[in-house]
Amino acid sequence: MNLHEFLSIFISAVFIYNVILSRFLGLCPFVAISKETKPAFAMSAAVTFVITASSAVTWFIYRFLLLPFNLAYLRTLSFVLVIAALVQLIEMIIRKVSPALYRAFGIYLTLITTNCAVLGAAVLNIDMFFVKGKPVVGSFYYSLFQGVCMGLGYTLAMLIMSGIRERLEFCKVPRALHNFPIAFIIASVLSLSFMGFNGFKF
Amino acid sequence: MEIISAVAILGFLGLVFGIGLAFASKKFSVHLDPKLEQVQHLLPGGNCGACGNPGCFGFAESLLKGSNNVDDCRVCSEEIKEKIAGILGVSVGKQAKKIALLHCGGGVKARDKYIYDGVHDCVSANMVLGGQKACVFACLGFATCVKACPFGAISISADGLPVVDKDKCRSCGKCVSACPKKLFSLVESSHSVYVGCSSHDTGKNVRAVCSAGCIACRLCEKACKFDAIHVVDNLAVIDYNKCTSCGECVKVCPNKTLKTR
Repeated sequence: MNLHEFLSIFISAVFIYNVILSRFLGLCPFVAISKETKPAFAMSAAVTFVITASSAVTWFIYRFLLLPFNLAYLRTLSFVLVIAALVQLIEMIIRKVSPALYRAFGIYLTLITTNCAVLGAAVLNIDMFFVKGKPVVGSFYYSLFQGVCMGLGYTLAMLIMSGIRERLEFCKVPRALHNFPIAFIIASVLSLSFMGFNGFKF
Repeated sequence: MEIISAVAILGFLGLVFGIGLAFASKKFSVHLDPKLEQVQHLLPGGNCGACGNPGCFGFAESLLKGSNNVDDCRVCSEEIKEKIAGILGVSVGKQAKKIALLHCGGGVKARDKYIYDGVHDCVSANMVLGGQKACVFACLGFATCVKACPFGAISISADGLPVVDKDKCRSCGKCVSACPKKLFSLVESSHSVYVGCSSHDTGKNVRAVCSAGCIACRLCEKACKFDAIHVVDNLAVIDYNKCTSCGECVKVCPNKTLKTR
């Protein structure tokens, strides 16, 4: 466990294996909520928050419940359960503690329950930081940090996309490509450019 | 054996989460006035902000607190206002309905001074020497108001001018603030006569650039029996406190700048 590891997790989660543009997880909000910057940012903030929290909780579930009972094959099922319950709980707490934040997150928090980026982050953490059913040294901190970084990568992709789409409002787009078709084209070009990071080796 | 432990563990997890959530929902329950939800459901949900609150939810809250009147919502129909007032147990304070008016008759009648080929938006066009129209007060016709209207009440006509649909306009005032030339105003729907020009140029200069502008001839002043219309700073201005919408000024206006709706 050293700084070099954290740096490489940061770079790979934000740029090289960007959760949206390289791993293609969480594409539905990427296309649906990226028309304006403000809601896109609210969505990304909510996703970052939930990914971080669920990275922590799923690590504990896997390490102390699934591994000792030899039930590693049930991880997808149990993670879905955990994330759904967690999101519900967080929503209740935020609603009570900070109504302003609750209104800012709006419906996005509930939507995230079924977001594949969150489940993907949890599963990736397990894949990367457990070797042959044993957690590597500092596994928990790596998982937590990777959760944050995947959230940041998600935010980056959402902000780039919403920034481009806001400027597109002022362009003359051919009628057939209006709205979603052009968004898909932009997404593919963005994805291609992020693939360029794959060349870097650390 | 394995299947039993799998079922047991997952069942255990489900049970723990279920109980935990049930407990949490009790502990973190937020008391919401049931009226709030009913009122919010009835409100239009356009979040236009014309009432002075951040969106319809804010308006519903301030209605319950009593700091806003039901009639402060300019968007709801009378019927819905009655319903909301019924829920709250108050009466609707009546306000006359206002409709947005465009004070420009230019469009294709106003000359262009150059060809604008930039971003298709009035605010952007206005930055380039005040727009492509030779008259600096003229509507540029790039439909910024159409995009600003949350109720789809404005459309661009064949004359190149925005037209307000009286039935759809809810007098939220979005077009008033969106127009870079400040050509819109909200006027009570009972007043039918209005000035279709905003130009303060002299008659000669107006004639040179537009065939629909106010040339400050003062014929309307002479025709008005109620002292309701005056030419101020080269532009006819109607005093709606005195105007009876008789239409005499509209008949005499040589450029058809004065209009009825």
